[in-house]
This record gives sequence, C-alpha cells and structure tokens, in this order.
Amino acid sequence: MTEILGFWVAAVVLVVASLAVVLTPNLFHAVLWLAAALVATGGVFLLLDSPFLFAVQLLLYAGGVVTIVVFAIMLTERLVGESIRQTNRFVFNGAVLAAAVFAGIVSFLVEAGPAVRPAATGDQLRDLGRALVGPFAAPLQLVGVLLVVALLGALYFARTED
Amino acid sequence: MPLSAYLVLAALVFAIGLFGVLTRRNAVGILLGIELMLNAVNINLVAFARFRADLAGLIFTLFTIAITVAEVAVGLAIVIVIFRVRRTIEADHLDLLRG
Repeated sequence: MTEILGFWVAAVVLVVASLAVVLTPNLFHAVLWLAAALVATGGVFLLLDSPFLFAVQLLLYAGGVVTIVVFAIMLTERLVGESIRQTNRFVFNGAVLAAAVFAGIVSFLVEAGPAVRPAATGDQLRDLGRALVGPFAAPLQLVGVLLVVALLGALYFARTED
Repeated sequence: MPLSAYLVLAALVFAIGLFGVLTRRNAVGILLGIELMLNAVNINLVAFARFRADLAGLIFTLFTIAITVAEVAVGLAIVIVIFRVRRTIEADHLDLLRG
C-alpha cells in the first residue's frame, strides 16, 4: 500500500518537475525544477529498494550537477530576468516526435508479459561492493580514468590564453 | 506496482527530456534535457535490476551516474568556452560547422 502511494507521489512530482524543466522560460528556474525531478527519481530508487543509489543520486546529481549548472548559467546568461523566448521554432515538431517516441516505447511495453517482483534480498550494499571489486573491477578502474580525463579536459577548456 | 508502471514512467520522462532537447534554444537548456533522458534510463536500469533480482543493473546505474557527471562537467566547460568566443550560447546561432 505504501509502495503504491509512494509511487504515485514520486511519479506525479517527477513528471510535473520534468515538464517544468523543459517548459519554464527562465533557465534558472528550470535548473531548480531539475533538482526536484532528480530528488523524485531518488524517491523512485528508494521504492525499488535501492537506498544506496538514492544517496548517490542526492550527492552527485541533486548536489553536484545542479551546482555546476547553476554556475554555468550565472557565467553565461546575460539576460537573467528578462523575458526572452527560450524555445525555437520546432516546438510542434518536437512535441510530435517526443509523443511518437513515447507511444513507440509503450507499444513495446504492452506486448511484454507481467513480471513478478522477487522478495528483497538481504544485504544489497555488501553485494554491490563485492561486485564492484570482483567482476566489475576493470570497468571501475576505467571510470576512474574517465573522471581524471574529464577533469583534465575541463581544466584545458577553462585555461586562460597567456 | 508492476514493472511496467516504472517503465512507462521512465518512458514519459525520456519523452519529456527529448522534447526539451529538441526545442530549447539555450545550450544549457539542451543539457538539462539530456540530464532528464539519462535519468529516465537510470530508472529503467534500477527497475529491471530489482524485478530480475540482478545486481548488474545497479552497477550500470552507478557507472552511468559517474559518466553523466563527467559529461556535464565537460559539456558545460565547452558551453562556457563557446560563450567566451561567440558571446552567445543559443544553439541556433552556433552554425560554424554548417557546410
């Protein structure tokens, strides 16, 4: 019962916040709505018995990404507060294409049979840690390399010409 | 809730993000739409991991989150460099590579 209620609350918040992200004229407000959408996604993770991913979602997405985007907007947006048109001329085409993609995915979903939810296993976090240093150790190292490269790339772009 | 409920929710968020990517003029706004789409994919991965009792979906989600953070950092750095050079980040005006 609580899962059904929680799902609907999280789903409504997520969809409303996502719509606000793409429709709000003010880009700064869009970022705040994005933070709401990311927290609602974390709530969906909680409903799926993944509290660790909820914490990661809050720390990295709602904390890190939103902060970086806010900084980028403050550095680039000269017209904060003014009502400039934020959408291009493809609004109708974009809506049609997005609706078509949604209908296509849902048409696949209705063909699939119902899936039963297995009982929650014991210590998910321990299994996750073991998998990260066991079969997924090499990808984990590669992610570390990727983060270093991304850091160097961001530094390279941010350097001044002197 | 059944698995399909989570998948439909993820598909809806994906479609909304796609709409944002297609219709935003501002490059930062386009990045926000991409964030929504990646987020929807994460919901899918976690839902499948839970309903199939397979840990790999959770690991994939951790990796996509890490890669997304790197992508946002580099993407916003590119946006700021473009703003420095062109004094605009409206995607319609960035047609330097058009033949």
